[in-house]
Amino acid sequence: MKQRQRFSILGLICTLLTLVMALAWVFPVYWITITSLKSEDQTIVVPPSFIPWPPNFDSFVYVLQTSPFIRWYLNTIFVSVTVTFFSILFALMCAYALSQLEFFGRRFVYASILVGFMLPFSALAIPLFMMLNRFKLVNTFPGLILPQIVVPLSVIIFKQFFDDVPRDFRDAARIDGANNWRILFRIYLPLNWNITWALSIVTFIGTWNNFFWPLVITNSTPMLTIPVGMTQIQLAYGVQFAEICATAVLASLPTSLAYILFQKQVTQGVMAAAGIK
Amino acid sequence: MPRATAQGRKPNLRHRLAPWLFVLPFFTLYLLFLAWPAIQVCYLSLTNSDIAGQGHFIGFSNFQTLYQDSDFWASVVHTGYFVLLTVVPNTLVGFILALLVVRLKRLRMFVLAAFFLPFVLPVSVVYDAAIWVLDPNFGIVNLLSGSNISWFQDPVLAMPAVAGVTIWWTVGLNMLLFIAGLQNIPQEYYEAAALDGAGSFHRFLNITCPLIWPVGSLVLVLQLILQFKIFDQVYLLTVGGPFNSTVVVLLYMYRQGFQQGRGGYAATIALILVAIIILVSLIQFRVLRIRRANQ
Repeated sequence: MKQRQRFSILGLICTLLTLVMALAWVFPVYWITITSLKSEDQTIVVPPSFIPWPPNFDSFVYVLQTSPFIRWYLNTIFVSVTVTFFSILFALMCAYALSQLEFFGRRFVYASILVGFMLPFSALAIPLFMMLNRFKLVNTFPGLILPQIVVPLSVIIFKQFFDDVPRDFRDAARIDGANNWRILFRIYLPLNWNITWALSIVTFIGTWNNFFWPLVITNSTPMLTIPVGMTQIQLAYGVQFAEICATAVLASLPTSLAYILFQKQVTQGVMAAAGIK
Repeated sequence: MPRATAQGRKPNLRHRLAPWLFVLPFFTLYLLFLAWPAIQVCYLSLTNSDIAGQGHFIGFSNFQTLYQDSDFWASVVHTGYFVLLTVVPNTLVGFILALLVVRLKRLRMFVLAAFFLPFVLPVSVVYDAAIWVLDPNFGIVNLLSGSNISWFQDPVLAMPAVAGVTIWWTVGLNMLLFIAGLQNIPQEYYEAAALDGAGSFHRFLNITCPLIWPVGSLVLVLQLILQFKIFDQVYLLTVGGPFNSTVVVLLYMYRQGFQQGRGGYAATIALILVAIIILVSLIQFRVLRIRRANQ
């Protein structure tokens, strides 16, 4: 009895410590959010206020009116949605063939995709830039989008999931006269709906957040995406913390919302990407 | 008879080509945007190309230059230092957070989300958060602690500060992997050990630690691959400074290629990095295979 009580006090201390750490961990996010709701003078008042009331939306208005933020937002939405759609679609198709169909060159394709998975994209930026430059695709949507569609890891993950589907499903459908497209989209996709959804959301978040590739392939103001564009704003504004924080809040809204709404799928997606089903 | 063969052949050919229709969309893009650049990196490293790709073959002279380039070796050392500051600490912090989170019940969702949330933020937002919270004059950290350290301009503290920000940003992923690993340990082991009179510390040391090691090694290798590719954080937070003390390999490649226009030389740097990453990735394959064999 005594032992149990001592244990629960220790447990309480542990829980409190965990809570304090969790609050400390989200504090920078909280601090950014409330700073964006202060007026510029309020941001540097000592001691700082932790709950600014009434909220002040001037910095949001200022950012949206004086910078191409909306244009960049639309760019980023378009790029992220397009990349996610085609990246997942092509990976599903390729994985289905690699997992379920016999054809000449199958092993070669799969081996090259495994090699591709090891290649660090950022280290290939130099020749990739030269090639796209030659095709006049610098500062264009195809230049931004096409290289990002290639995610070998998605193919590898889908293939692993397709390998686990009992072959009877396919054989039964085959006998009923269904072709491969029907089998993929009516049987394999619905059976693996969870992982498809999970990888789609993770791909969307990753594309929205991608910094390196847009930095390399765009340099004209109207073609920037949010992560690169917002750093330009900071160069232009100088030390204006309320405005910097307002851009940060707007920039992280879609990915934070995606995580909060689809917490389970994001978890499953990043774990699958790390090699744990 | 001939009709039969003709009929038998036609679907056969279609049968053989149909799979390629599934493979080609991905594989074409793969060849164009991943495989071909990888081959090009090798070729470019043997040329004196500019960033537009204009240049001619010069043999291994880039490698000779690279060997004697003290700035390159400095960038290798800085990358190694960053890897040292992040890989093991990030894994350990992830493990500790997982241990703290996994024992919670009602608060679990909230606490887990709190630790993971930074991971889904764009690096530019992480940058904003860091420069605002750690601002030398008005940052909340310096205000509360009464110091006036310029975290990202201090020659000694800059890299540790970048490493700290990186851990804050990415530790959530490690935590998730460890939580999954901890949940896979059968509860009966702990109960049996408790019956045998093993204290909680002993149970942790003799059950948790050995059984979590497969996940631990996986996280370590993933971290190693990830942190070798450090670029975004130093590009934004320190711009390579102060006194070039945070110029890492990718940043050096970026500057040589896109700012100095030395495409061939930058490709040589890239090739070295590709070689390192592939080496570590091969270790990752081994680790994953061991994991699967153990399951």
